[in-house]
Amino acid sequence: MGDRSSSGLEDHGSTALRRLVEALPEALESSHAQHGDVTVRVTAGRIQDVLRFLRDDADCEFEMLSDLTAVDYLGETPRFEVVYHLYSVTKNQRVRIKARVPEEPCEIATACDLWPSANWLEREVWDLYGIRFQGHPDLRRLLLYEEFEGHPLRKDYPKERRQPLVGPRN
Amino acid sequence: MASEPTFLTERPREGPEEDLERDLHTEHQILNMGPSHPATHGTVKFTVELDGETVVDLDVAVGYLHRGFEKECESGTWYQAIPYTDRLNYNSSILANVGYCMAVEKLLGLETPKRCQWLRVLASELARLADHLTRCGAACLEMQAMTPFIYGIEARELVWDLCEMLCGARLTSNYVRIGGVKHGLPKEFSRICRANLEKIRVLLADFDSVVTQNRIFVDRLKGTGILSKEDCIRYSLTGPLLRAAGVPLDVRKAEPYLVYDQIDFDVPIGEVGDNYDRYLVCVEEMQQSLRIVEQCLERLEDLGDGPVNVDDPRVRWPAKGRVFNHMEELIQQFKAVTEGPRVPAGEGYLAIESANGELGFYLVSDGSAVPYKVRCRPPSLINLAPLPLMVRGSLLADIIPTFDFVNMIGGECDR
Repeated sequence: MGDRSSSGLEDHGSTALRRLVEALPEALESSHAQHGDVTVRVTAGRIQDVLRFLRDDADCEFEMLSDLTAVDYLGETPRFEVVYHLYSVTKNQRVRIKARVPEEPCEIATACDLWPSANWLEREVWDLYGIRFQGHPDLRRLLLYEEFEGHPLRKDYPKERRQPLVGPRN
Repeated sequence: MASEPTFLTERPREGPEEDLERDLHTEHQILNMGPSHPATHGTVKFTVELDGETVVDLDVAVGYLHRGFEKECESGTWYQAIPYTDRLNYNSSILANVGYCMAVEKLLGLETPKRCQWLRVLASELARLADHLTRCGAACLEMQAMTPFIYGIEARELVWDLCEMLCGARLTSNYVRIGGVKHGLPKEFSRICRANLEKIRVLLADFDSVVTQNRIFVDRLKGTGILSKEDCIRYSLTGPLLRAAGVPLDVRKAEPYLVYDQIDFDVPIGEVGDNYDRYLVCVEEMQQSLRIVEQCLERLEDLGDGPVNVDDPRVRWPAKGRVFNHMEELIQQFKAVTEGPRVPAGEGYLAIESANGELGFYLVSDGSAVPYKVRCRPPSLINLAPLPLMVRGSLLADIIPTFDFVNMIGGECDR
């Protein structure tokens, strides 16, 4: 829903986005700067390249993965969107990277080898949305228990659904 | 006939040389701590691998307080999510109220009145004070020091008395509204607030005299739970933990929101990033919060009476007098209560500096009166993730102060 307002690859006055357009134009799909938040949508297959570039490039220096989450756009294809919020401590700037993930296969490459903070955040997204992160060292559920059936933040998971009783394990 | 009993001591022994050479079988011990451990405030389970008393590895299991915050937010109106934000960090609920409401205002493109902004800063700093007092007090308690805990709790009671005057509730404040606050300062608030601040200063001095130079306290905090500057950034740590490692990053200074750019306050930083630095940073931040509250009181007195809510019929209800006497206002009130505001389609991320670090809200709206996605970036969860790195190789007892100063709050961590 965020991308409908604008399309194309303007840099919206952001140095990071300009550098990204120069370096990896084929990986980028669209961009916008709604409410002042610079946002780029990238091809899911190139997510690691884009994130690595943004972390390592001298003009970008996004050393911090502030947040990682997902949104379920049920009814659209591809269905899911993984959202990365990056922050540069030295340059005090933010950028939002998004990548669309289809329902099948529901997977995207991990960012754990770029930022260790991605470990728990990706576990949470797997737990609540069922998106697999390829190459994640330890993809277990984070907030819910292993016997939980389904992924509750998916839009087709009814809020009232009851879970089967888990008996004692011996 | 029964054979003669042989006592253990009489059994033939192996030779003394062999005894010395034999390798004693040792193995690592697995210790379960939690999920409800008396020395950890917060429901969390540690599976600790121990070599003697040294921590070899640690696995942290969170989620015991998961209530489905995001799922619940997606089923009510934008307004109905505000009470849920109270229950994120229950030590400083106003900060979460402020963060969420400001994120919604960002999507709506609203600018709140000046008086409202000063009130929000005032309330935020009181909440930060309560949070830091709990953290430092509870840390002492868990290291078997009861007296400083009582000092901290007494000071926190004074803060919560002020919150009660301001919001009508001590913990679940529910004070901030989309486009405003519930109401302005109550009568006598400034006077009582100033009196309480003086009492808090005395209690903080008492706390400081008992704790800061205390041999036991210093020995348990200095050099434990160290996390370097580089590791803090790689693990996305924010708040007092990052500042204790020497990075002067504070959202209030880096991206000033509300009226923080008009306020005079300092950001304390540490040197090595151990628990003692974290403690000192928190203590100094409490002093800075007291300064900010005083400045807010002064400014609010200068501003006098003025609106505390934005004059926008989309989000704020009409005045009660008009609702009871005019048909249009009655309809508007009815629509506002039953349907709630419609937020234009779009997305936005807004971060504020909570007591634990960067508290962010990423909201997605599809243009309806129900949020499509409410993501809370929980500083508690992200700050807790590198705990194994902080305690690996140290003693089992070091887990307690390290976990205290990480200050994981279950409600916010597990949502």
